[in-house]
Amino acid sequence: MITLADGLRLPTNGLDYTILAIYFVVVLGIGFAAKRSVRTSLDFFLSGRSLPAWVTGLAFVAANLGATEILGMAATGAQYGVAVVHWYWIGAIPAMVFLGLVMMPFYYRSKVRSVPEFLLQRFDKSAHLLSSILFAFAAVLIAGVNLYALSIVVEALLGWPQWVAIVVAGLFVLAYITIGGLSSAIYNEVLQFFVILAALIPLVVLGLKRVGGWGGLTDSLTASHGHNFLTAWGGTGIGQANPLGANWLTIILGLGFVLSFGYWTTNFAEVQRALSAKNLSAAQRTPLIAAFPKMFIVFLVMIPGLVAAVLVPKLGAPGGLQYNDAIPYLMQELLPNGVLGIAVTGLLAAFMAGMAANISSFNTVFTYDIWAKYVKTDRPDGYYLRFGRLITAIGVLASIGTAFIASSFSNIMGYLQTLFSFFNVPMFVVFIIGMFWKRASMKSGVWGLLAGTTAAMVNYFWIYKQGVIAIPTDQGANFVSAIVGFVAGAVVMVAVTLFTEPKPEAELAGLVYGTTAPGLAEPPAEGDAAWYRKPALLGWGALVLAALCYLPYSL
Amino acid sequence: MSELQNEVSELERTSATAARLFDIRRIIGGLFVVYGVIVTVAGLTASDADLAKAQGININLWTGLGMLALGLFFLVWLMLRPTVPPSAAELRDAQDAPADRPDQEG
Repeated sequence: MITLADGLRLPTNGLDYTILAIYFVVVLGIGFAAKRSVRTSLDFFLSGRSLPAWVTGLAFVAANLGATEILGMAATGAQYGVAVVHWYWIGAIPAMVFLGLVMMPFYYRSKVRSVPEFLLQRFDKSAHLLSSILFAFAAVLIAGVNLYALSIVVEALLGWPQWVAIVVAGLFVLAYITIGGLSSAIYNEVLQFFVILAALIPLVVLGLKRVGGWGGLTDSLTASHGHNFLTAWGGTGIGQANPLGANWLTIILGLGFVLSFGYWTTNFAEVQRALSAKNLSAAQRTPLIAAFPKMFIVFLVMIPGLVAAVLVPKLGAPGGLQYNDAIPYLMQELLPNGVLGIAVTGLLAAFMAGMAANISSFNTVFTYDIWAKYVKTDRPDGYYLRFGRLITAIGVLASIGTAFIASSFSNIMGYLQTLFSFFNVPMFVVFIIGMFWKRASMKSGVWGLLAGTTAAMVNYFWIYKQGVIAIPTDQGANFVSAIVGFVAGAVVMVAVTLFTEPKPEAELAGLVYGTTAPGLAEPPAEGDAAWYRKPALLGWGALVLAALCYLPYSL
Repeated sequence: MSELQNEVSELERTSATAARLFDIRRIIGGLFVVYGVIVTVAGLTASDADLAKAQGININLWTGLGMLALGLFFLVWLMLRPTVPPSAAELRDAQDAPADRPDQEG
C-alpha cells in the first residue's frame, strides 16, 4: 500500500489552491449539468448508449489511469526499470485490440448492460449471480483502496488529516455520480485525462533536464543498476535472475495474455465505457482509440520513476524515500507554484476518477444484475433509477469502510493485480470459451469461475506464500497464479460440459462466434466508412506500433 | 429478439442523453483556457527562485501556453463541428418533458 515518506510536504500557495478549487467546482458543475439528461435507468447507468467514440475512448483509458496506477507504475519503473513497459505494450494493447475487434460485437449487439448480464445470456443464473457478487465486492474494495491511497497522499503532500481527505473526496464522488450518473463520471474522466497529461508532461521535461537528458539518465542508471535495468527483456531468460522475478514466458502468458485479457476485456469498469457508445462502430473503436494514448503514457510514468532512481540512490531502502514517492518527490523538487497546482489537481482528479469508475460500474451491476433480477423484479424503470442513486450512495459509504484492508502490501499494483488474478482470470477463460465454443454447457460457466478463482488463490496463498515452490517476487507469483487459474478454469469447463446439457441453440444467437441474432443489424452511421474510423485499421495499427515501441528497448 | 433486447431497445427509445446531454468539448475548452491564462500569467511573473527550481526553464509559461492552445483547440473544434442537432424522431421522443426543452448545442 502507499505510504509516503515524511518531509514530502509541497510548498503549495494560494495560486495552487485556486487551481484546485476551480477543478472541484467544474466537477460538481458537470454533475449538475448532466442531471437533465438522465430520464431512464439506461441514461443513468449507460449514458443511454449514445456517446461518441472519442469521449468513450478517452474515458476508457482514463478509468484505468487512476492515481494508484500512476504512482504505482512510476514505482515499478523506479524499482524494475524499463521492464515497466511490459504492463503497457504487452500487458494492455493486445487485450484492448482484442476487445475492440473480436469481443465488442458480441457485447454491444446483444444489448447486455453489464458484463455479468452477458454471462446470464450465455450460461445460466448461477454463473451470473456469482460473477455479479464477485464484481460488486471487488469494485467496492478497489474504490476503498483508491480512497485510502488518496488520503495518505493528500496528508503527505498537503497536510490535510486523513479523515478530511476521505470525507471530502468521497462526498464529491458521491455527489457527481449520484446526480449525473455515468455521463457525469465519463465526462469527468475525459477532463481528468487532459489534466493529468498537463501535470505529467512538465514533470517529465524538468526531470530529464535535471539528470542531463535521456543520455545522462541512461548513463547514470547503467553505472548504478546495470545495463539490464534499461532493457525490456534483459535477464528474463528462463532460470535467469531479474528483479521482476518473472521470465519471458510468464510475462507473455501470465501478464500479457491472462491478466491483461482478464482485466481489459471482462472488467466491467472498463467495458462499461464502451457499452455507453452510440453504435457498434463507436463501441468497437472505444478501446482502440484508447490504445494509442495508453501506449505512450508509459513514458510519462516510467521517466519520473527512472529520474527518481537517479536522484535518490537509496530509493526503496528502509527509513528513506520509497518507490511510491517517486512522483511526489519530483513534484516537490522541480515544480514551481502554478504548475504545482496543476499537478496536485491532476493527482486528486485521478484518485477521484479511479474511484468513480469503480462506483459507477458497481451501481450498475448491483441494480441491474442483483437487485432487478433476484430481489425486486419487474418494477417500472423509474424505480430502478431511484434505487441506482441510492445504491451509489451506499457504495461510496461502503468503500470508505473497506479502505483499510489495503494496508499490508508494499506495492499498490501488486495488491490490485493479486485481486484481479483471483477475480478476473476465471472471468476471461469463461468468456473466451463461451464465445467461441457453442457446446460449452450452461453449467460449465459457474464451475469454470469457481475452479479458476480457487486455483489462483490456492497457488498464491499456499504454493507461493507457504514456499512450496520458490517464486522470487509477488509480481512473479501473480503471473504464475494467473496462468494456473486460467488452465484450471478451462479444464473444469471442458470436463463439466461433457457431462451436462448444452444451451439450446436458439438462445445462443448473437452470443457465440458464428451465430447472428436476427433483427439486430444496424445500418452504419454516416461517416463511419472513413478510413480512420475503420476498427481493423486502428486495431492492427495499434499492435504494430506497440511492437515497434519495443524495438529500442530490446537490444 | 430476446426479452432483454426488447427491454433495452425500449429504454433506448425513451433515453434523453442523446438529445439533452451537453457537449464536453465546451467544458474542456473553457477549463483549459482559464487554466492556461492563470498558469501563463504565473509564468510571466515568475521569480528567480521559481526559474532556478525548474532547472532554468520557465515551465509555467510553456505549460500555460500549451494548456491555452489545447483549450482553444477544443473551442474551435466545437465551433467548426457543432453537436448534431437531434433528429425529428429524437425530438418527438423527448417531448414528454416539454417544460425544459433540449439545449441548442453549438
